[in-house]
Amino acid sequence: MRRRVSVVVAVAVLTVAGWSAGERSVVAEAQGTPNASVAPSPAPATMEVKIDNFSFGPTTITVAVGTTVTWTNRDDIPHTVVSTAGVFKSKVLDTDEKFSFTFSKVGTFAYFCSVHPKMTGTVVVQ
Amino acid sequence: MFEKKKDEILHDHNHDGVDRRGFLKCMAWAGTGALCVMQGGVLKSYAMSRIAEMNLADLGGELSFAQISDSHMGFNKAANTDVAGTLKVAIDKINALPVAPEFLLHTGDISHLSKPEEFDAVAQILQSAKAKDVFYVPGEHDVLNDDGKQYLERYGKGSKGNGWYSFDKKGVHIVGLVNVMNLKAGGLGTLGSEQLEWLADDLKALKSSTPIVVFAHIPLWSVYPEWGWGTEDSAQALGYLKKFGSVTVLNGHIHQTMQKVEGNVTFHTACSTAFPQPAPGTAPSPGPMKVPAEQLRSVLGITDVNFVRGQHALAVVDSSLA
Repeated sequence: MRRRVSVVVAVAVLTVAGWSAGERSVVAEAQGTPNASVAPSPAPATMEVKIDNFSFGPTTITVAVGTTVTWTNRDDIPHTVVSTAGVFKSKVLDTDEKFSFTFSKVGTFAYFCSVHPKMTGTVVVQ
Repeated sequence: MFEKKKDEILHDHNHDGVDRRGFLKCMAWAGTGALCVMQGGVLKSYAMSRIAEMNLADLGGELSFAQISDSHMGFNKAANTDVAGTLKVAIDKINALPVAPEFLLHTGDISHLSKPEEFDAVAQILQSAKAKDVFYVPGEHDVLNDDGKQYLERYGKGSKGNGWYSFDKKGVHIVGLVNVMNLKAGGLGTLGSEQLEWLADDLKALKSSTPIVVFAHIPLWSVYPEWGWGTEDSAQALGYLKKFGSVTVLNGHIHQTMQKVEGNVTFHTACSTAFPQPAPGTAPSPGPMKVPAEQLRSVLGITDVNFVRGQHALAVVDSSLA
């Protein structure tokens, strides 16, 4: 009787030990894997451009590849954000409406407001 | 400053019966509600307050129409939270003009965001106009999101291209032009080669004595390029109009009255029925200009145009809503 009990206990201990080890290894794995938020290369960054007083501010911005730029219209008149090369085009933005575009390629992207074409801006992607 | 006594020809340099200085003085009075009429080679002005007493038909007026502009239906910011209300006031004012206009011209920015309900609201308000014929040209606010498809569906019947057309009324040839499509970055309004070719052809067979009226949204002369207030290729259009003895250009877009006389061409911009904009260069940008509520109606307005048969220029008269 005693022997059977000890075998059962031994199995239980081994199982517990195995389970603990497994958990530890999982934790070790989690700590060991490079996490995106602490990586040295540029993460999904964002950049804001404010539209106000018939102008884009800042007029020229420089961002890293993969950056998402968000334009917000703070003017009391609707505007649009249209790339001159046809790369991106927003619908008309009334006050407080936004438009976002993620720049996945390097280059210089001139854009303007198709309603008020004197309003121009540039996104430089490096 | 305005000498009401001197309202007849003083100098006839071009021997055509038109005193340029007198005409310009008359046009300046127009802002206060004066009527300038050419009759028998003499340019006379009449205060609007006197018009009610006279019978304008006695003056020989033959064609009368009114221009409204920039109703921006759907705009609801501080500069005017009730653009439908001020449009109604404008229509009431037109209905009360001493000489009933035969038709209306709307020089664009009918809607604010090209929304169907905005166009519908304007149509509803215009039903109360006594003049049932309304002729439109689009503003940049009317062709958002869909390259002007909806504008053409509603207003483009009988027009060519992006909505240009012409028609005749009592011997006056009236041309509607579109200069708000295909705008280029950093640019001004544009007519485009297809429209210019059509215009040349449209004017070809007309006698030089035919009075011409051209209406388009963005000014066809260089009012203030820094704010986009001009049309890149209007010089070509004006070249085709050079042969005519009387050309009247009616525009909107800048939400204030402005006029210029150049040779036989009179350029005129109308007030908006929705909100005013600052004078060129007097503000950081050409956005809606807020004025004290009690002053709003005094900076909005309509334009009354009268053609006197056989005379040189059309009489163009602005009046504010208050």
